Amino acid sequence: MAVRDDVVNTIAAFSLFADLNGPQLEEVAHLFDETFFGEGERILRQGVSGSGFYIILEGTAAIRVNGVDRSSLKAGDYFGEISCLLGEVPVADIVAATPLRCLVLPGGQLEGFLTAHPKVMYRLLQGEARKLKNTTKWLS
Amino acid sequence: MLVGSGPGGLQLSYSLSRLGIDHAVLSDDAAPGGMFRRWPVFQRMLSWTKPFTGVPRTSRAYERYDWNSLIPEEDAQRAVMPALMDGTSYFPSRPEMQKGLETFAERTGIRVRYGCHWESTKAIPARASGGAQGGGQDFILTTSDGDYRAPVVVFAVGVAHPYRPPIPGLDQVPHYGDFRPVESYKDHRVFIVGKQNSGFEIATGLLPWARQLVLASPGATKLSVNTRTLVGVRARYVQPYEDAAVAGGVIILDTTIEEVRREGAGFIVRTRNATDGRELSMAVDDVIAATGFVSPLRDLPALGVATFGQSHLPAQTPFWESATVPGIFFAGTLNQGSPGLKKHGIPSNSGAVQGYRYNARVLARHLAETRFGVRIPRPQLQPAETVRFLLNELSHGPELWHQRSYLARVVHLDRDRGISDEGILPLSYFIDAGGPDAVAVALESNGQGDPYPAVYLRKNGVVSERLLPAHPLLDFTDAEYQRQLGGILDPALSPSPSPA
Repeated sequence: MAVRDDVVNTIAAFSLFADLNGPQLEEVAHLFDETFFGEGERILRQGVSGSGFYIILEGTAAIRVNGVDRSSLKAGDYFGEISCLLGEVPVADIVAATPLRCLVLPGGQLEGFLTAHPKVMYRLLQGEARKLKNTTKWLS
Repeated sequence: MLVGSGPGGLQLSYSLSRLGIDHAVLSDDAAPGGMFRRWPVFQRMLSWTKPFTGVPRTSRAYERYDWNSLIPEEDAQRAVMPALMDGTSYFPSRPEMQKGLETFAERTGIRVRYGCHWESTKAIPARASGGAQGGGQDFILTTSDGDYRAPVVVFAVGVAHPYRPPIPGLDQVPHYGDFRPVESYKDHRVFIVGKQNSGFEIATGLLPWARQLVLASPGATKLSVNTRTLVGVRARYVQPYEDAAVAGGVIILDTTIEEVRREGAGFIVRTRNATDGRELSMAVDDVIAATGFVSPLRDLPALGVATFGQSHLPAQTPFWESATVPGIFFAGTLNQGSPGLKKHGIPSNSGAVQGYRYNARVLARHLAETRFGVRIPRPQLQPAETVRFLLNELSHGPELWHQRSYLARVVHLDRDRGISDEGILPLSYFIDAGGPDAVAVALESNGQGDPYPAVYLRKNGVVSERLLPAHPLLDFTDAEYQRQLGGILDPALSPSPSPA
């Protein structure tokens, strides 16, 4: 029970959780932890182990590779899933571009969470497919 | 200015005084101790002080085993707690803890203006000259004893304001802090909202008194012995869990609580399971909200101090400064608002005395050097002793044991100026802030096996992480560790090539 009371209403509007009912959203809110980063703070660090899966509640973040900003993330977006799914260190920094409020799930709990919520897993897969499509487009 | 006289405030005041930093301490309370003047309700601490350890109580290494004493700089002042415990438990009683804090404050001469109520806060442009450096603004604290003005204010006011989630009817029931004498629950059916330590503490105390106990909250119960961290219900309070596991009478539910309604002298509690949607309705004699606490920050959010999470913790930088209002700092259990790396989801021990006592010492040094022009000397190390020094810190340094992946021992490796012990610093600061070639060592845990050393080498501004293996006897000083750490540091420690 570590998140603020307004979190359930906030995440109800996120596409990742679009298929969950009220008690399921409340369960999610209790499973995740809430965290806050000041502007300029790093959330994920390239090459540093033990990170988690983050969902942005408020604010924006930059995806920074070798010191260069490549893209940005906003409320409802998530990050960190690639290193959690592969069990590897992040290949990019994520830096708070504004004060940033997030939900976070430890990397080791992502598999259990997704297999317990197949609809969320499917939505996450759609998100990964979109990222892959954009990367392919960018490369071609 | 420092507000609060719990362990966090006392430790910071002591550490500031030792560095010659003038400050005033205000406290709403009548005497030292903070929340330990009242709680835990069953009057015994959750954190231990182990009397016999094989290391002298007057040594720094003893702090690893004594989670409850504040930490002085002189050996003679160390280990206040074991000397005044009665020996019946390695968990001090609440009165022993209170006495320990009072004794530390008295012996070290900490001066507090007690009975002084902090009422409101405002920020004004800093004075043109004098005082501390680099603030930009001063703060005025209006108190029951008049106004105080300072360029730096540290709040160590705890997380002690009762919190109740917005469940219909829960506002009518007593909170953890309102627990009545245990006899008054005799033969009652008691419904406890919340499955953290406070809920299980009450359940443990009620086992011989209540007719039936129900503990409920949406999340599943975690046990510290399973998480291998201090996350989860501590072993002391696991008895109700065993009772439920063998169907002895205690009921533990993973449900949302939909409503609490008064009915006659008791209550009806309606719950709903998140997985199957099943609703239950229970008639009970008592409902207790063991639903946690929030930080009593008064008007600080209006001043721009960002807060987060259920406890409304102030968001902080690695040096425990407000992430949104420079000049406002925090000490004590509020330090949980500076989460650090939180590797593998494991929090620091900044919520507990054994963790935040070190944060306070680090904060005092940071304030002294960045705000008050004090330069603390750095001991020099010889290249040949550096590896042994770091391995000894990893094996015995209490800061690293109590604040894993959070506080680190930092050594600068400057080919020209030499090798210097920079002391203890927040690990996330070391990794993110950049600086000269250096190494930081920390102990880390991943929630599965034993803790293991982690080495962060900064070379040309880039930090790389290397994890060393765990050791079953938790000793990292042997030849194999010397070889591994030596190999990591070798490029940085070998002498510079001679100029051509």
